[in-house]
Amino acid sequence: MAARRPFFRRRKTCPFSGENSPKIDYKDVKLLQKYVSERGKIVPSRITAVSAKKQRELAKAIKRARNVALLPFIVQ
Amino acid sequence: MALYEHVFLARQDISASQVESITADFSKVIEENGGKIAKNEYWGLKNLAYKIKKNRKGHYVLLNIDAPHAAIAEMERQARLHEDVMRFMTIRVEELEEGQSIVLRSKADRDRRPARGERPGGPRGERSERPARKEFN
Repeated sequence: MAARRPFFRRRKTCPFSGENSPKIDYKDVKLLQKYVSERGKIVPSRITAVSAKKQRELAKAIKRARNVALLPFIVQ
Repeated sequence: MALYEHVFLARQDISASQVESITADFSKVIEENGGKIAKNEYWGLKNLAYKIKKNRKGHYVLLNIDAPHAAIAEMERQARLHEDVMRFMTIRVEELEEGQSIVLRSKADRDRRPARGERPGGPRGERSERPARKEFN
């Protein structure tokens, strides 16, 4: 089926699964920033290909970072 | 005893030595209640992502704590009363981080590199992973 489509996109894998993947930590602003939009919203996992388990962890880390003003709640 | 990470933000117009004395006060509270401080990190005066009580900046301090709950409760109570502490957050962790936290490590990286902003849009490799943003804005 993939052969029929002109643009075949390779299925991306979760960036947090597998060996030597980064650890999700609320203090790591640089890492978390990749998973929030320009408005400061959390990017859905269907776009970033983060696994469901890791997405829950990630969302928690982002929310913690927001609480201590490391990440914004909204960007105007 | 349980392991905790405690972050607190102090007001921007106090000095670093005042921040240290706040840290010392909190450490004393913990130790008096039978806990101990595994690590104490001062991240410096950082820009806040949003204003808190009209402050644009804040002194960040991270404490790694091994203490019973009563000690944490007492420290949090005092943090709430303290005028110079704008915000704090205590998190229960499975294990405490060894060595410097990511904040200080990335700061050391930045200091070593001479110029920032040679790549304004962030790392190029990230581009393809972030498709059209309009959908979810």
